[in-house]
Amino acid sequence: MLLIECPWCGPRDEQEFGYGGEAHIARPAKSAALDDAAWADYLFHRTNPKGLHFERWWHARGCRRWFNVARDTVSHEILAVYRIGEARPDIADGDR
Amino acid sequence: MSVKRGAYSIWSLMRNALSYHENWQRAWRSPDPKPRYDVIIVGGGGHGLATAYYLAKEHGVRNIAVLEKGWLGGGNTGRNTTIIRSNYLQDASASLYEHSLKLWEGLSQELNFNVMFSQRGVMNLAHNEHDLRELSRRTRANWLNGIDSELLDTTGVKRFCPIINVSPESRYPVLGATVQRRGGTARHDAVAWGYARGADAMGVDIIQQCEVTGMRIEKGRITGVETTRGAIAAGKVAVVVAGHASVLAAMAGLRLPIESHPLQALVSEPIKPILDTVVMSSSVHVYVSQSDKGELVMGAGIDGYTSYAQRGSLPIIEEIMASTMELFPMFSRLKMMRKWGGIVDTSPDASPIISKMPVEGLYFNCGWGTGGFKATPGSGHVFAHTIARDRPHPLNQRHTFERFQSGELIEEHGAAAVAH
Amino acid sequence: MTTAFRTAKGGRIDRSQSIGFRFDGQNYWGNAGDTLASALLANGVHFVGRSFKYHRPRGIMTAGSEEPNALVQFGLGDRTEPNARATVVELHEGLVAASQNAWPTLGSDVGVVNSWASRLIPAGFYYKTFMWPRFGWKFYERAIRHAAGLGRAPEGKDPDHYDKMHAHCDVLVVGGGPAGLSAARAAAMTGARVIVMDEGPEFGGSLLSETAEIAGRPAMDWVAGVVDELAERSNVRLLTRTSAVGYYDHNFLVAVERVTDHLAAPPEHLPRQRLWKVRAKQVVLAQGAIERPLVFADNDRPGIMMAGAARSYLNRYGVKVGNRVVVATNNDSAYAAAADLHDAGVAVTIVDIRDEPTGGDLPLAAFGKGIDVLSGHAVIGSDGGRRVEAAYVAQISPSAKRIAGSIQRFECDAILMSGGWNPSVHLFSQSGGKLAYDRERTIFIPGETRQQARSTGAAAGDFSLVDALTDGLAAGLEAAADAGHRKRGGRPQAPAVAPVITVPLEPLWSVPGRDPRGRTNKHFVDFQNDVTAADVALAAREGYLSVEHLKRYTTTGMGTDQGKSSNVNALALMAAASGRDIPEVGTTTFRPPFVPVSFGALAGRNVDHLADPVRKTPMHRWHETAGAVFEDVGQWKRPFYYPQRGEGKQAAVNREVRAVRNSLGILDASTLGKIDIRGPDARKLLNWVYTNAWNKLEAGRCRYGLMCHEDGMVFDDGVTACLDENHFLMHTTTGNAASVLGWIEEWLQTEWPNLKVWCTSVTEQFATVTICGPNARRLLGELCGDIDLSSEAFPFMSVREGHVAGLRARVFRVSFTGELSYEINVSADCGLALWNACMMAGEKFGITPFGTEAMHVLRAEKGYIIVGQDTDGTVTPIDLGMGWAVSATKDFLGKRSLARAATAAPGRKELVGLMTETPTDVLPEGAQIVEKALESAPMPMLGHVTSSYYSPNLGHSIALALVRDGRNRIGETLEVPLPERTCRVRLTDPVFFDKEGARLDG
Repeated sequence: MLLIECPWCGPRDEQEFGYGGEAHIARPAKSAALDDAAWADYLFHRTNPKGLHFERWWHARGCRRWFNVARDTVSHEILAVYRIGEARPDIADGDR
Repeated sequence: MSVKRGAYSIWSLMRNALSYHENWQRAWRSPDPKPRYDVIIVGGGGHGLATAYYLAKEHGVRNIAVLEKGWLGGGNTGRNTTIIRSNYLQDASASLYEHSLKLWEGLSQELNFNVMFSQRGVMNLAHNEHDLRELSRRTRANWLNGIDSELLDTTGVKRFCPIINVSPESRYPVLGATVQRRGGTARHDAVAWGYARGADAMGVDIIQQCEVTGMRIEKGRITGVETTRGAIAAGKVAVVVAGHASVLAAMAGLRLPIESHPLQALVSEPIKPILDTVVMSSSVHVYVSQSDKGELVMGAGIDGYTSYAQRGSLPIIEEIMASTMELFPMFSRLKMMRKWGGIVDTSPDASPIISKMPVEGLYFNCGWGTGGFKATPGSGHVFAHTIARDRPHPLNQRHTFERFQSGELIEEHGAAAVAH
Repeated sequence: MTTAFRTAKGGRIDRSQSIGFRFDGQNYWGNAGDTLASALLANGVHFVGRSFKYHRPRGIMTAGSEEPNALVQFGLGDRTEPNARATVVELHEGLVAASQNAWPTLGSDVGVVNSWASRLIPAGFYYKTFMWPRFGWKFYERAIRHAAGLGRAPEGKDPDHYDKMHAHCDVLVVGGGPAGLSAARAAAMTGARVIVMDEGPEFGGSLLSETAEIAGRPAMDWVAGVVDELAERSNVRLLTRTSAVGYYDHNFLVAVERVTDHLAAPPEHLPRQRLWKVRAKQVVLAQGAIERPLVFADNDRPGIMMAGAARSYLNRYGVKVGNRVVVATNNDSAYAAAADLHDAGVAVTIVDIRDEPTGGDLPLAAFGKGIDVLSGHAVIGSDGGRRVEAAYVAQISPSAKRIAGSIQRFECDAILMSGGWNPSVHLFSQSGGKLAYDRERTIFIPGETRQQARSTGAAAGDFSLVDALTDGLAAGLEAAADAGHRKRGGRPQAPAVAPVITVPLEPLWSVPGRDPRGRTNKHFVDFQNDVTAADVALAAREGYLSVEHLKRYTTTGMGTDQGKSSNVNALALMAAASGRDIPEVGTTTFRPPFVPVSFGALAGRNVDHLADPVRKTPMHRWHETAGAVFEDVGQWKRPFYYPQRGEGKQAAVNREVRAVRNSLGILDASTLGKIDIRGPDARKLLNWVYTNAWNKLEAGRCRYGLMCHEDGMVFDDGVTACLDENHFLMHTTTGNAASVLGWIEEWLQTEWPNLKVWCTSVTEQFATVTICGPNARRLLGELCGDIDLSSEAFPFMSVREGHVAGLRARVFRVSFTGELSYEINVSADCGLALWNACMMAGEKFGITPFGTEAMHVLRAEKGYIIVGQDTDGTVTPIDLGMGWAVSATKDFLGKRSLARAATAAPGRKELVGLMTETPTDVLPEGAQIVEKALESAPMPMLGHVTSSYYSPNLGHSIALALVRDGRNRIGETLEVPLPERTCRVRLTDPVFFDKEGARLDG
């Protein structure tokens, strides 16, 4: 049962949040120009790392804001929480 | 090379009883890895071991290693709720799961290892008009695909499973169901052990505690793997590692349309038999059966976030229980004895990838999500064919890695029963 | 009332209060403060159950929640509970319990045949047999299932209820023994918010069974003082009868409080159990330790129990477990039990595996009392039937592999065993902490922790009372400090306790028996599942070497006690059998729950009508009064149809459908999702989320749109109205209202944060009444004076604001039935008033309320789709024949996916209409369509029926279907094979009725 620190509301139980998958996947500006493989990469393919993961969450049963989280997918430790649009924090896998 | 070993039977049990069971032989060897294999199968779960078994048995490949980072069957094979059925919607999946079900029906004899395949029927419940329509569609597709399935009304549900609560006052009353009588459950560990024993007898090297840490690729072709027990060369490498598919793919420079999520299951304390079938409900999110030991075996939806830890969160368990109370109010005073989690590899269309990969000689079998156990024999069978012939078996020709580019998906979220 | 084995004095029971209870149909007496187990023992009853596999007689083995044997069916009727542990069931007046897993009676159980056949059924025997004939398993399995299981489930619904509590604290202390109480007291002094919980009905833990003194007074005086002190503090919460069962991520713990199980007549208002969900900043784990059995031949007879348990029964409950006891041990702790029993007048013989058990204070004290001690000896077997009658004792050679001297028989009525103590590391392990193996003491202790947790006292492997008190205090202070609370003033001191010197135990994992190879008698490792040392050896022999294989192959540790007392013995035996070190075999992962948790407690209040919220429209009560049959749509209750007296579903729907087409119908459309969208960039947003273009929609006009996910598949549709240049009202389907809003917010916040647009869900702010039919305008005219209803002034697909029935209203002229139709939105609290006004004014037009089924027929006659019924997540707008709603010029979500090779390929499944050859033949929804029905399956399918109804207006059945290459096949006849017949169908355009749309204008 994760305790997630919403940047707007503070620490709350996992149950208040929705999960939004891998972060920092921008929608291609000119989607029509992509070939099927490149589009599939955007649409379906994910890094799905074991360890450090930059991912999106939203406070669905709270302020309804989306934000980013750096979380270890093995220990479930949350290493950083940052707002949408902010740069990926400088954390490497193994930093604890 | 093949290993001569006594067959299991009531006679061998009796004979060994005379010598106090002190003369039983190892079910499989524990060899050191050789420098090179024709085929390396990464992953010693049910699917990987079945693949090795059929490669050796039906395709004459004998120089095979199965590399397992932990212990055989320690991943999802030993962590699932063991439900077996083939009542899938799309032709491409129904035929694959049906192929598997047919193999299940003779598997104990094939492997000379009792996998306790128990055809007690699998019932899928409908709680609203939408469910009824979906189950009707799936059942009618099953009929025309030659798969057994029956539509039940509420009375039929009660007759098939007398302890179920069909009161119209229920929050989500039971409006009907489908039942596949040939479906049921099996003893999950036995499947891994049976295939391991069978493959080992044909000379397959099963190597536990051997984790793959890298892949050797030269000029677009795989030449071997790096492991915690040294580098091993291989003509072909087949990866079938469920939750860890993305990790292995990354070693080959690939990204998959896969996310790994926790899926939890639990058992109750053993009680005298009360439930003689498998009951599933996708709209109230629960599935339950009773094991031969008397435990109720239950599962529910996946946890929302990705994870490689074999554990999940409490709310999912609370939800299963609330749903269970709706269907079986008499279970309230029973107790949860043990719960655990597995890592499932979910794909966008809830269908697996059983496919050649963009690296020559590399094959992946993944994306089974929450429902891979039931497919174990069929998956291994067609994957072995794919590896041996370097082209898919007719039953998995649509289960390609490339379908996510073309858009030719095999949409099975409705039949997969667990919300993804 | 006197009971034979009750001591004259002492113990924590209330001797003034006798309690009558019933076990297996026999009446007994106990005392307040007894457990069922202690009360039975007081009556001399040891034999309380049968083992799982061999049905061997079994007795009470422990005095705690780790009990593997004494499982009983507790209570009667719908309140019965299977597999209750007699050792934790508190006695109350009128308690009824019965033994399990025996038939017809515990004494003469037919299942005992398994025991005779035990040589044929070693671990895993079932994997090797029951395979012939091929279909035989079904029959073998039936017999196996019948024999399996322990207790019985209740037959009816649970009459009790369950609660949940959410709590937050600085320091959670698990365990209320000496270490836990010390920790709690120290932490509480700092002002930290503390919760301390213990499994038992009172605090004290091991001290409840102790004779030791703290600060010169009986230990329980110290406990009482600390508990009083804590109870007075406002920053402390004390929980008894509360078992911590789960340690989850981020310091989240779950515990179960048993609130009423110990009461003879529980008050109605109290829940039976309470599930505590605690988020703690810091956790102190002080759960003590669990004693290990010794693995000797026939170590399972009733009367053979743990030495610590016997001591507990004596000191805590005033019960002698026997009159002549043999104590089998490999460590000092059992000497305390021996000494206490000796003092109570029990004849005691100690059999110690160690050659020189001197040096420790406890053995010295026992020698001082003149207790017989046989050192270098072991209990190598037992005799007896339903109760142990004798212990076989022999000298053990130093190598401990074999019996050195002659075998002596000691008559006795109890054998107490102690193989050392395992720290209770379960929660620590659950928390993700790593266990370390302490070779010296042969125990697993907490190693590196991964959460904000520390273990202390016996749970950390520090077994002495001095350590528990001092380490507990330190742990409490550290935990409080880490949670931000420091003690002001001096550091508190632990109370003074006389130190006790102990000498190390000597492990002997399997005690040799008469037969050097251990063939003839069973050495039990897991008592509940009847796993023996020979089974472990068999697993090793067959290659099931990993600890997980061992567990799964032999079932050791898989019973209701989850191997609390058997795990380390099993690991050690596997290590020995496979020539490895114990840590090499591995540790097993301890999984939740620590003790079994009732399903009811996990479900809590989310049962019956609270299972899921019920959403009702403001007009719901009217529908109920009108006799509506309801349909669940998501959480909503919607009127399905309104049967009149004696009317079936089809007749009601036909009547409702005709009324709409002929005159006037009224529908409660309040459940439709409504999203208020405002801002200068609102149009940009609409252009992204809908497949069609929104630039030119003027204020006062409405437009229909389709939404796709990025995969190009339709996932919602609806009408959006332009209320003002920068203000729109979006309608979604009932079921998707929340997901559409969530999806829009996701895109706005994560991809287009610069768009100036704000979205608000207003679904529940408005009630929506739809009136439709040729007389709709006339009705609205009577109720509304300030909107010009003429077709020119208020054309189709537009919206006006005004007053209807005196209520401020937004009126949309849209239609889902093909009739002249108005959707009137008023403030939700006025919904019923509007509905009533419409009903009253509409009476002259024969206004007819219609439900969702009639609505579905009406829309199907017009070929209008329902997302989720005519689509299934694999259907594009093009597939639906709605290419006209797909912009060729702008980008929108999902557009690129439409151009993918397979998505753009010809021959996809497309929406068409179907007409059956026989007009009255209504196809089942979900029916499959084929070119030509074959004699038998399999046959290739071309598509399926998505919607199918009888149209009373056409006097013909109609259906919508998705058919491969469907639009090109319009006019062709295909077949629908049904179980009893095959139905021929003609493919048509999906619009069946009023193709030119003439009726839209009334």
